[in-house]
Amino acid sequence: MTDVLVVAELLDGKVRKTTMSAIAFARVVAEATGGAYDVLIAGDDATAAAADVDGYGARTRLACQVPGGYVCEKIAATVARVARERGHGVVVATASAFGKDLIPRVAAKLGAAVASDVLAVEADGGRLRYRRAMFAGNVFAWCVPTTPVHAVSVRQTEFEAAAPSGGTSPLHTVEPEPDPAAARVRFVSLEAARRERPELTEADIVVSGGRSLKSAEAFRTVLEPLADVLGAAVGASRAAVDAGYVPNDLQVGQTGKVVAPKLYVAVGISGAIQHLAGMKGSKTIVAINKDREAPIAQVADYFWVADLFTAVPQLTEEIRKIRSQS
Amino acid sequence: MKVLVSFKRVADPDNANKVKVAPDGSRVLAEGLEAKPNPFDDYAIEAALRLTENGKSGERLGEIVVVSIGPKEAAQTIRQALAMGAERGILVLADDEQLDAWVVARTLRVLVERERPDLVLLGKATVDGESGAVGGILAEMLGWPMSTLTCRIETRDGGKTFTVARELDTGVATLHLEGPAVVTVSDRILAPTAVRNGVTPDDFAYPQSDTGRYASLKGIMAAKKKPIEETSLQALGVDATPTCRYERFALPPARSGQVRFVESAAELVQRLRTEAKVL
Repeated sequence: MTDVLVVAELLDGKVRKTTMSAIAFARVVAEATGGAYDVLIAGDDATAAAADVDGYGARTRLACQVPGGYVCEKIAATVARVARERGHGVVVATASAFGKDLIPRVAAKLGAAVASDVLAVEADGGRLRYRRAMFAGNVFAWCVPTTPVHAVSVRQTEFEAAAPSGGTSPLHTVEPEPDPAAARVRFVSLEAARRERPELTEADIVVSGGRSLKSAEAFRTVLEPLADVLGAAVGASRAAVDAGYVPNDLQVGQTGKVVAPKLYVAVGISGAIQHLAGMKGSKTIVAINKDREAPIAQVADYFWVADLFTAVPQLTEEIRKIRSQS
Repeated sequence: MKVLVSFKRVADPDNANKVKVAPDGSRVLAEGLEAKPNPFDDYAIEAALRLTENGKSGERLGEIVVVSIGPKEAAQTIRQALAMGAERGILVLADDEQLDAWVVARTLRVLVERERPDLVLLGKATVDGESGAVGGILAEMLGWPMSTLTCRIETRDGGKTFTVARELDTGVATLHLEGPAVVTVSDRILAPTAVRNGVTPDDFAYPQSDTGRYASLKGIMAAKKKPIEETSLQALGVDATPTCRYERFALPPARSGQVRFVESAAELVQRLRTEAKVL
């Protein structure tokens, strides 16, 4: 029997949807081992935000008020104490920038092995085994921690967001645990990206652009209209972000986000291994590229060899036509 | 300012799709792939150099100690960093396959306690194991504050305090750290003005690049005389017990089907609707 502690991710006083993937993971472990899971909500307005995870089958919801913006050092000690006191065998968060930051520090407090960016979990006679990707997604590895407690981050695209299961989970308040390291770090500000479009990691369709777009202007005038008719999120290659065409939070790849939408349209992206690592789990991949030999062809289902500046507006128009018919 | 940077050798990241797995699944085979510095560690070295130099005059202002944990050949990787401008190297001999994030963090802890740097800079992850856990574990072991996934770093007091920016899913967060601290860097730390040290003029911009700097001929010559200390996990008294056992490796299933070339927007849309059924 393994009990799991899910650490919720907060944004603007609400629980982020990323958290539902960690809950989905916790359900798998609980079901396979006969354990239970609790959800810890730590941060600004934690008590109010805790309402967002009620009805998801947790044994308890634990709210810890921690004022100020997120800083790992302000919550890691609380996470570790709760896990220790309540005997959790696994602490999990989703492998967003939040989970990647928090989990190793919590692991160090608990003497726990870290399984990062986990794709799947299997229980084998009560013993947990985690499948992870290595080498930019080119190798799968099955990892078995040898420590009593495991600290895990899970890949959002591999654990479909948990749906509410009804009922209510009792809400308890927990006191924050002081940490000397927290006195040496201060949250200054958050420059939040505000977008009308769906979030990259949650969108059914993603339209991504590369350096061939040549300007921020082209992202707006060529790529975004296509994303608009498709109701898609916009992504970008590292080269396009480095060149300053779009902000960093749109990057897809080994740095940036891993996405697995129903449809991924790669526009003017050659397909470096680091980019493929972030999108090759997509169901259908379309490439629009002048270069027929571009490595993106290794993963593309459909490849239109064309100049993007003429092809993308044509595609946008064609989709607009069928959308207006239906 | 003294900066300690860890630097791992990995199988050529641009050919990671050529990595193979032993038929019995017991290990990853990267034979035939050139060993290269982990790209994110390369960026960490570049950030360390920018923190400890006058970018305009090229004058060195501090000390960089480069640590690599791995086989004897890792000395070459250290030598590359010394040629770029780092002052000193430490090679900790270890079998690559016995390293996990805990073993690496325990090793760095011993060296940090001995070297007492103002800052430990690491890549945000290694591109082979992709665990990304060393920075957080090390910071906690030391009781130091940290910043992971860092895209900007600035010090105005010679490394006593740092203002850093972190790349989040939803934007960029700015933190202020009282050193000594552990910082892990992402690609964006290479941006022309991402590193500020209060000595390099604020209007100075480094050239746009997607890698760390190349060593000059002068740097390569100078590196030959720079010291590399050789030690081992055992000599440092590091507990080399890994916390994870890898039971099996396998290649992921290939994407099914062949690429189909299309000729027009109409054909593409029609195929997406009727074949792929995604529109």
